[in-house]
Amino acid sequence: MKDLFSLQPKPVEAKPVVEEPETQPDESVAEEPAQSGTRFSVGIDLGTTHCVLSYADLNNIDDEEFSPLVMAIPQLTSPGSVEDKQQLPSFLYQAHAAELAEDSTSLPWAAKPNYLVGEIARNLGSKTPIRLVSSAKSWLCHAGVDCKAPILPAEAPEDVERVSPFQATTAYLQHMCDAWRSLHPEAPLNQQDVVITVPASFDPAARELTVEAARAVGLDQAILLEEPQAALYSWIEKSHGDWRKQAEVGDIILVIDIGGGTTDLSLIAVTQQEGNLELTRVAVGDHILLGGDNMDLALAYTVKAKLEKDGKRLEPWQVQALTHSCRDAKEKLFTHADIDNIPLVVASRGSSLIGGTLRSELTREEVNRVLVEGFLPKVSVSDRPISRPRTGLRTAGLPYAQDAGITRHLAAFLAKQQGATDELKDINLPEHASFLHPTAVLFNGGVLKADTLAERLMEVLNSWLSAEQAPEARLLEGADLDLAVARGAAYYGYVRKGKGVRIKGGTAASYYVGIESAMPAVPGMAPEIQALCIAPFGMEEGTQQELPDDEFGLVIGEPVRFRFFASNTRREDKVGTRLDYWTNEELDELDEIEITLPEENRRPGEVIPVHLCAAVTEVGTLELQAVSQKDNGRWKIEFDVRAGE
Amino acid sequence: MNNYVIDLTLKPTTFDLWHVCLAGTVAVLALILIVLLLAMVISLARRKPEIQPAAPAPAPEPIVKVVEKIVEVEKLVHAPVPEPVVLKEATPDAALQLLGLLQKEARFIDFIKEDIAAYGDADIGVAARVVHEGCNKAINEHFTLATVRNEQEGSKITLPQGFDAAAVRLTGNIVGTAPFTGTLVHKGWQVTGISLPKLTAGHNAAIVAPAEVEL
Repeated sequence: MKDLFSLQPKPVEAKPVVEEPETQPDESVAEEPAQSGTRFSVGIDLGTTHCVLSYADLNNIDDEEFSPLVMAIPQLTSPGSVEDKQQLPSFLYQAHAAELAEDSTSLPWAAKPNYLVGEIARNLGSKTPIRLVSSAKSWLCHAGVDCKAPILPAEAPEDVERVSPFQATTAYLQHMCDAWRSLHPEAPLNQQDVVITVPASFDPAARELTVEAARAVGLDQAILLEEPQAALYSWIEKSHGDWRKQAEVGDIILVIDIGGGTTDLSLIAVTQQEGNLELTRVAVGDHILLGGDNMDLALAYTVKAKLEKDGKRLEPWQVQALTHSCRDAKEKLFTHADIDNIPLVVASRGSSLIGGTLRSELTREEVNRVLVEGFLPKVSVSDRPISRPRTGLRTAGLPYAQDAGITRHLAAFLAKQQGATDELKDINLPEHASFLHPTAVLFNGGVLKADTLAERLMEVLNSWLSAEQAPEARLLEGADLDLAVARGAAYYGYVRKGKGVRIKGGTAASYYVGIESAMPAVPGMAPEIQALCIAPFGMEEGTQQELPDDEFGLVIGEPVRFRFFASNTRREDKVGTRLDYWTNEELDELDEIEITLPEENRRPGEVIPVHLCAAVTEVGTLELQAVSQKDNGRWKIEFDVRAGE
Repeated sequence: MNNYVIDLTLKPTTFDLWHVCLAGTVAVLALILIVLLLAMVISLARRKPEIQPAAPAPAPEPIVKVVEKIVEVEKLVHAPVPEPVVLKEATPDAALQLLGLLQKEARFIDFIKEDIAAYGDADIGVAARVVHEGCNKAINEHFTLATVRNEQEGSKITLPQGFDAAAVRLTGNIVGTAPFTGTLVHKGWQVTGISLPKLTAGHNAAIVAPAEVEL
C-alpha cells in the first residue's frame, strides 16, 4: 500500500524545478508534476452580477485558431448540493450561525468555505435580503465610501456581520482560484497569464482595489483590461481574421455594453499605420448604474400596479417572485415573436399550491411600453438625461442612474465626446456634426440579446446619424453577448505575446490635483482652487510623467490631502497645465488622495519639498508618487482614503 | 500369572517416583498438543480470514488481532490525502434528489399531495402552470432528452433483424420474423446526458423540502 504513490510518473524530472509557487497556500501542491510555467491564458470577467472565467491553452494555438474554453465553476446552489455552472453569480451571503446544517456548505476544495458565494448566496439572499451582499463592484467605484470598511450589506441590522466591498471582490476571486486549482492542479493559476476585466469607467482607486484583491488571492501577475475592449477583442478573435474586412480605416466603433447592473460605453477608432489597421480606444463613458435588473424590476412594478388595481396587495416576497417570472416572460416574449402575452403566476409560499396562487399576465404591449419606450425612448440627439436633486436620506445607497433612458445617456456621451477623434487624421467628422458619428456598433451584455431592444437602439442611433446626413452605423455581427468579456480577456493574454492586433488605449481620462491658488484671502469666500494636470489623457501602460516645476512642501508625519479630479474630455492638457476655471461637465471630482511622509531618518515636523510623478503601471493602474527634490526619495500617494471620517 | 490382565479400574495404591514421571509426561504431551493445535488454528486464520472455520473455543484472541490489522491498513491508505472533501456520488440518493429538485423548481410534491377535487379547473390550471414551468426547467437543466426514433409518429417504419428490443417495444400482431414493419405509435424518449448536483456529506436527501419559518 505504501507503493500507491510511486505510480506517479516521473519521467521529465531530470532538471530541478525552479519555479515552485512561493506563497501558495496549497496543501496538495507537494505532488506537483514537473509541468510549470505559463501554459494558459486566463481571462476573468469580474462582473457586477456574474463572474466568468475563460481560458485557452497557449501551447495548442495555431495561427488564427484561438478557441477559449469557459470553465464550469463548481458552486453550491442550495445547502448541500454542488453544481457546475459557467457563471458564478457575484453575490455573497452572510449566513446566521444557526441557519445552515453542519457540513451542508462544503465545496470540493474546502469543508467549510469562509464565505458563501455564487448561486447559493443569490438563492438564500432572495428570501433573506438583509444578509445578502450584492453589487460589490459598483461600491468599489462609489466615491465617498471606504471600500475596505465593512459596510455591506448596507441595509443589514446590527448583528449581521458585514464585509467590505473589497473583501467581497476577493471572495469571488478566491472561489474562482480554488475552482481552478481543483480542476487544473497541474497548472497553478498564479503561474498563468491572468487578465481581469474592469469597467472602462472605473476610476484609479477602483482599479487599484481590483488589483489588490487579485494579489490577496495570490494572483500577483494579473493585469487589467477594460470590458468594452475585451468585448472587441472577443469579436476580433471570433471573426478569425475576417475582422479586417468588416472594419475599415476611418471607422469609429461604438461599444455598448448593457449588463445586469451597469451600462458602459466606449469608442474605438480604426486608423492606419504603415498599411496596418490600428485600433485606438478614444473615449469611455461615465459609470452608469442602469441595466437589465432595472428592466426586470420595472416590469414587476408594472404587473404589481395592475394587480393592485384589482384590489390585491402584494407582499415584498411576491414582488421578488414576480421579478423573477417577469425576467423569464420577457425573454420568452423577445425570442418568440408570435406570442403576445405570457401568463405570470406567483405561487403561494405554503404547501397549498392551488388557490393561494396569484395570477396575472404580461403582454407584448406592456413589455414594449415599459422596456422599449421606457429604457430606449426615441429621443433626439440633443436630449440629455434628466437629473433631479437627490431627496435626502440617500447616504448609504449606490448612486443609481436617475434617468432610465439609455438612449439619453448615449446621446450625452456622443455629444460630450465629439472632439474625441480630433487628433486622428484618418477620421474626419463633418463640420456641422453636433456629436461624434459612430460608423459601427458592437453590442455586449445579456440585455441586448433581445432583438427588439437591439433593433431599437440601432434605430435611434441611426435616426441621429441620418439627421446629420451621415451614413448609418452598421452592427458588427457575431458577438457572444454573455461570455465575450471573459473570452476577450483570455484572448488579450495571447495578444500580449505579440500575436494579433492590440487596441491602443492608455488612461481613459486626464487627472488633476486641486491646489489653492496664491491670492489674498477674502473673508467669507473659500480660497480659489486651481486644477493642476498630473497625468494626461491616453497615458500608455509602462510610462511615467514627472512634474518637477511644481513644488509642494510636505510636513513629515502629517497626512496631506489633495482634491483629485478626472476629465474624460480634456485631451489636450499636458502635465503641468493649470486650470483656473472649468465646468462641472469637464472635470469630475474623485475621492481625495492622501500622502503621509514616514518619519524614518527625519525629524517630525520637518518640511520636505517634493514634486509629483504619475505613472501608469504595466498592470493598468495609475500610480502617483511624491518625489523629494533633495534626495530623490519616493513615497506612494494613496487613492483609497475614502475612510469615512 | 500366565494370563496378563490389565484392570483399568485399578487405582494405584502407591504413589512413587515412577508415577510422578508418568503424570509429568502426560501433562507435557497434552501441553504440546494444545500448542500445536493453537498454532495450526492461527496460521489457518491468518491465511484466509474471511473463511472463518468453526474455530474451536480456545482461540478467540487471534481473531481480534486480525481485525485490528485490517483497520491499520485502511488508515495507511487514507493518511496521505486527507484534504479533498469527498462529495457523495449522487446515485443512491438520486431518486430523492430528483424529488427535491422537482419540489424546489416546480412545487411538484405540493401539487401531487393536494386534493384537487375541491377546486375548479381554472384554479388547477393556474397551479399547473407553476408545475409545468418548473418541471420543464428542472428536467432540462439536469437531463438531456432525445427521442428514440426520429420518424413522425404514425408513420410506417421497418425494424431490421437484431434491432434493440430494449429501445423499441413491439406490440399487437407480433408474428413472423424480422424485418418487422409497423406504425410508430410513440417515438420514445431516452436520456443522453445527466448532470445531477453533487451532495455534501452533511446533506440529508430525505428532506425533499425543508420546512420554512419566517422570523
